[in-house]
Amino acid sequence: MADININTVNKYFGDVHVIKDVSLDIKSQSFTVLVGPSGCGKSTMLRMIAGLEDINSGTISIDGQVVNDLPPKQRNIAMVFQSYALYPHMTVFDNMAFGLKLEKRSKDEINERVNEAARILQIEDYLQRKPKQLSGGQRQRVAIGRAITRKPKVFLFDEPLSNLDAALRVQMRVELAKLHNELEATMIYVTHDQTEAMTLADDIVVLDTGIVSQKGSPLELYDRPNNMFVGGFIGSPKMNFISSKILSKSSDATEVDIMGMSKISIPKMSASSSEGDSVSLGIRPEHLVVNGDSDGSWESKVFVVEKLGDVTYLYLEKDGEPLVAETEGHSEIKVGDTVKVGFPAGRCQLFDSSGQAFK
Amino acid sequence: MNKVYDKIFKYSLQMIVIIFCVFPFYYSVMTSLEGSSAVFEPNFFPTEINPKNYNYLLFEHNFPQTILNSLFVATVTVSISITISYFAAWSLSRVNFKGRSMFLFVILAISMFPQIAVLTGMYQLFLNFKDFYFNIFDLRVKGVTSLLWLCFTYTMFNIPFTVWVLTTFMKGVPKEIEEAAIVDGASSFLILRKIFLPIMTPAIFTTAIMAMIAVWNEFLFALTFTATNSDRTITVGIALINGTIEYEVPWGSIMAASVIVTVPLVIITLLLQGRIMSGLTAGSIKG
Repeated sequence: MADININTVNKYFGDVHVIKDVSLDIKSQSFTVLVGPSGCGKSTMLRMIAGLEDINSGTISIDGQVVNDLPPKQRNIAMVFQSYALYPHMTVFDNMAFGLKLEKRSKDEINERVNEAARILQIEDYLQRKPKQLSGGQRQRVAIGRAITRKPKVFLFDEPLSNLDAALRVQMRVELAKLHNELEATMIYVTHDQTEAMTLADDIVVLDTGIVSQKGSPLELYDRPNNMFVGGFIGSPKMNFISSKILSKSSDATEVDIMGMSKISIPKMSASSSEGDSVSLGIRPEHLVVNGDSDGSWESKVFVVEKLGDVTYLYLEKDGEPLVAETEGHSEIKVGDTVKVGFPAGRCQLFDSSGQAFK
Repeated sequence: MNKVYDKIFKYSLQMIVIIFCVFPFYYSVMTSLEGSSAVFEPNFFPTEINPKNYNYLLFEHNFPQTILNSLFVATVTVSISITISYFAAWSLSRVNFKGRSMFLFVILAISMFPQIAVLTGMYQLFLNFKDFYFNIFDLRVKGVTSLLWLCFTYTMFNIPFTVWVLTTFMKGVPKEIEEAAIVDGASSFLILRKIFLPIMTPAIFTTAIMAMIAVWNEFLFALTFTATNSDRTITVGIALINGTIEYEVPWGSIMAASVIVTVPLVIITLLLQGRIMSGLTAGSIKG
């Protein structure tokens, strides 16, 4: 059991306020992913939990114990770094045994634990090699192995897969998911790769310039983003945003126009909105209906066609950013064609002028 | 055809540089092997091989004593300055404290200080040191006063240089390695001993060799602070080699002495050059 409670934590680097009143509860044995753009403070959060950065105010507790002033080794954590950070002069075995030796474990126990970790990670054949004789994927396994051998309550991953090539990344991602099931430990994982976030996480925490934008399960964030930032950050290609105006309000829906071409009644409400307000309508490319019947519709010319095999992305001309629509892989639509796109009302999101979502 | 000309051009340029650099050393080796009269006849290849200069230096002269003195001074100086600067480099590259960059700047400034500027002051200090030292110890150990003082002054002049170089190297060691060790539960001292020391070994060797060469070749202080033949170091020893008569410069012996003191340095450098600097952190970080 190792719940992690983060309570109104603040962090300054000089005059820069990088973490602003962040509070988070991370359940024991859950897999929590911190995502956000570069510089949003996600790595700093992780390093504060690890004890590598001081906390300016607030508290972090692991397993009910406040750890603000505890050094990393007393926090019962292990960390895997983006750059692997293996000890270059030690063999794989010694790299993995280093922490255990410092804990003054017996030789037999060290052997047993290292071999166990090596078996899980399939690096038994490399135990006597030096890091420089290993490939990138193998090095990353050793780095994970070094964390596993100490049997910590909390695993911290700082973008562990971002130095690997695409194929290896997918493979390691699956193995990490498997590992989480086997080890039953709390894992906190920092990444900017939203595929990793969506596939691995029990809970995703989206950070935006030092504040928690939204926390929830992957599908919760995908289906019901709290605000435009989360809506735009989760999903690829990103959600389309269309400037619009509220035409009328009823008890359970809001009627808006789509660039003057059609009206659509969206079953979302916001108490603070009123008729005539500017809003943004958000809809994901995969939810737009191309050349079919739907609630509201709009026509435009295609200026780029991206064929990916399983799907085709159409880039449509619109004031400002292009509108991206997804259609079937073997689409006949060519550049220059005019297509009609439909907006299914149930899939549309509304955001007010400050970016907050209508519920 | 162009490729062949390119190669010829490249190799001939290299040959010129090599000849320019190595010829003086070659000539001194050759001269040291020649007898007294052959020395004065310019030639490219030795006309005779005669070990008499070496015999004279090693068995009839106090030259071996000067080598021992130099070895003593170099070893003491290098070990003290490397030890001190290893720890200094850690704090200067890893510990955040106020005025750190100022401190580094001052160190750099000090290492540019010319020796001659402090020579007179140092001599006065030396006299005081001698008084102090003679008051404490009895006569038997007085002989090493000058050598100890040399160690002290050399260390003083070496430390800014070694600190600066080691700090630069240590800054190059990725911070994550240290942080990984911290998370593994290692204390700062343990990290310095078990993590940084092995990683830094090539850098420490490089720095130590450079410091050693500087001490080995130093002349000004060695001349000023040594008074008797028994506490000369090699540079002064060579300068004071006398001929058999007053007006003769004993080139053969001088060259033999130069070869004796140069060869160990060349061998050390050749042996270690592969290890120097190669693969400081290979395999630790992405790649």
